[in-house]
This record gives sequence, C-alpha cells and structure tokens, in this order.
Amino acid sequence: MAVTRGFHGRRRAEADPARVPPGQYVTRDFPVLSAGPTPRRLAADWTFTIRGAVDEPVVWSFYELRALPATTITTDIHCVTKWSKLDTTWRGVSLDTLLADIDTSADYALAFSDGGYTTNLPLDDLTGGQAMIAYEYEGEPLTAEHGGPARLLVPHLYFWKSAKWVRGIELRDDDEPGFWERYGYHNYGDPWKQQRYAGD
Amino acid sequence: MEATALRRRLSWQLATVREITAETDRTHSIGLDLPDWPGHLSGQHVDVRLTAEDGYQAQRSYSIASAPTDERLVLTVERLDDGEVSPYLVDELQVGDQIELRGPVGGYFVRRPTDTAPALLVAGGSGIVPFRAMLREHGAAMGAAPIRLLYSARSFDEIIYRDELLRIAARDGIDVSITLTRSQPPGWHGYTGRVDAALLRQVSWPPDEQPAAYLCGPTGFVEAASNALVGLGHDPGRIRTERFGGT
Repeated sequence: MAVTRGFHGRRRAEADPARVPPGQYVTRDFPVLSAGPTPRRLAADWTFTIRGAVDEPVVWSFYELRALPATTITTDIHCVTKWSKLDTTWRGVSLDTLLADIDTSADYALAFSDGGYTTNLPLDDLTGGQAMIAYEYEGEPLTAEHGGPARLLVPHLYFWKSAKWVRGIELRDDDEPGFWERYGYHNYGDPWKQQRYAGD
Repeated sequence: MEATALRRRLSWQLATVREITAETDRTHSIGLDLPDWPGHLSGQHVDVRLTAEDGYQAQRSYSIASAPTDERLVLTVERLDDGEVSPYLVDELQVGDQIELRGPVGGYFVRRPTDTAPALLVAGGSGIVPFRAMLREHGAAMGAAPIRLLYSARSFDEIIYRDELLRIAARDGIDVSITLTRSQPPGWHGYTGRVDAALLRQVSWPPDEQPAAYLCGPTGFVEAASNALVGLGHDPGRIRTERFGGT
C-alpha cells in the first residue's frame, strides 16, 4: 500500500464503514450514468418478457405488473464509478413472483433493455428475495433518467447489473456477457469483493 | 458494434508526477510516468487511488487527456469544492509525488482515428477532457473523418485547453465551436447560449449524414443535449454519453 503524501481523506461521519464497500464513497445525490440517451417510453407501451429457456415466453403489461403483489425495500446501492447511496427505497415486483410459475433449466439470465443495453447474472442472484422489477423510487413513479417506467433492481451487485429501462430477461443455459461485461467490466460484480473489472 | 474485452487484469501501479500544468484556476493537467502502461484508446479513463497514512483509501475515475500517440499519460482534474479527491489532486499534488492508478478502463466511449463516420463531440465543462485525447490523436494520426467539437464553458477563463483548442481549430477536418454561457469577454465572436436544439442544429451534421455523437459533461448537461439530439432526429444508437456524476 502506497501512502499518498499529504492526503488525509475525508471520512463521512454519517457513513457507517460497515455499510460502505471498499473503494466507495457515500453520496446524497443520485448520479445518472448511462451509455446513451435516456429512452422515453410511456408505461402504456411498456411490457416485460421472460423468454429463452422456457416453454413459452411470458409477457406482462405495465398494468399487469402493477396488479401483482408488490414489495417495498430500503437498501443501499453501489455504483462501480465509486459512489454509494444509502437507504434508498424502492417498490416493485419481486423476481420470485415473476418466476414462480416458470419452469426452466437455465442457470443464467440476461436482462435486456430499451436502448439495447444488456447485463448478465446467475439466475440464483435474481431469486430468494434478492431482485425486483422496480417501478417506484422513494414513493414516486420511477423517472426515465433512473430507468422508468421500470428497472431491474439487484442491490447486492454493482449497480450496472440493475438494468434501467428493463424490458425482460432471457433465461439461458450458458452465460452470455452483457454490455459492460463485454467492455472489460467484471462478469459478476460483487461490491464487497471490489469486482469492478475483469480479473478483479 | 464490436466490444474489445480487456483480457488483461488491471493492476494498481505507482505513477510518478512529472509535470503539472494549470489549465484554469480550478483545473490542472497532471503528466505521469508509469512503469507499465499498455496503451489506451482515446476516450478511456483510469481509476486513481489515494491512501492516507492511517490506511484510509479513496478512489475516483478520471478521463485520460492524452492521446495514445503522446509520450506521457496526462489526467486533467477539475477541483470540485466539496470533493474529497480532486482538491488534493489540484491543490496539494506536486511534481515528484506518486499516486496509484490502474487502467485503461472502458471501451465504449472511445474513438479510433480509423473510424469513418464524422464525429460530433459535445462537451460541458470538464467534459472536454476525453475529447482532447480524441482531437490530439486525430491530428497525429491524420484521422480519416471530420470532427466537430461543441464546447460549453461558463466563461472565457474557464475554457480548458484554450490555446490548444484555438490551434486545433485552424486545422482542416476539425471544427471547434465554443459557447460561453455566463460571461463573455469584449469582442467575443463565439456562441453565448446554452447547448440546446437550436445550437446543436447549427453546429452538428444533419442526422442523415449519420454522425457518431459523443457527449460528455455534468449529468444535466448530457441529459439535455442527448434529448435534443434525439429530438432533432439523430439515431439514439449513435449517441454515446459519459455523464460525470457525483462528487
């Protein structure tokens, strides 16, 4: 470890170090980081599809999704660009609910979004109460900048895995790297292991 | 679109500060020597890691300001007054100091001199930094396609790389347009408004020429400019954004 001459840092008194993964700092803003323009789609035109290694693709409209039992979670989120945001509150439908009636042999999932974005995850990381399709943030409808009408939320992984503008999930027997994963970012992205880039 | 995966593990290495240039009151360019730099693409960034004496560490990402053809790696850092790392890098760092970094990172917000589509670069404030790498490389490698830069700064004194941009603007194949949004010196002949649809229509190629657009700057700036380009009929798939979020 190389000490940087004259650097003292600034610990945020309000941040519990046990909640901030290594290399992260706490922000109160909610930065927007996307690789392209913000897609703007009306909820009426939005659907969510589970396809791939399933008998039949299953499709929900936004209103069908809203009619499903909802869960609200308050959680910390960690962006690979180093910011973390504590106690963010989201409401949406658990992936457990959406996958409940789906029979699949798949081990992997590839989330896909408006604008062409994709990101890959082991299917096990989407189940067991670990992931939801979120349509509200802090009690308000999710804005387009933050991924509305709905985004994937998988807060235990770096936030690029929580695909904005999500339109569905492709269940796969093989692991297909997504957008940032093909550009050298880590395939899994555990913030507590600092899995930022390939090889970390 | 072809992604070039980084197969190499990115290890931290100790870079030595060889040169510091004040670009503006708030912005310094830091020239670094590294034991093992694998080269980079214009538009990529690095992660910088600072360590306090008690072991506390802070990391941030900074765009690379130098072209792959330059002999030294340069980072250009703007001091954010409420920041934790940038005030150190701008106010405290001296020639001879060492900082840890790893990279290069990213492969999407990049341009190669062999790219054939005309490029529209739209910068807000310190968002000019990755474009400086692209413009320098374009000049050194005789880039094939024309480039238009639209750079929004608050005032004349806040134009980063001012003299260099004026020199670059005299070259064939590169157009530089600057808009000063808060104050202008007497006799200013450049633009004065914020980057909006009208200014983008004036400066950019029409959508049917299919330019590759790159937008970099603060979140709100990039959001507004990318929305305006989409509104003018540009293909969202040809608009790449790098939003400088957070502190």
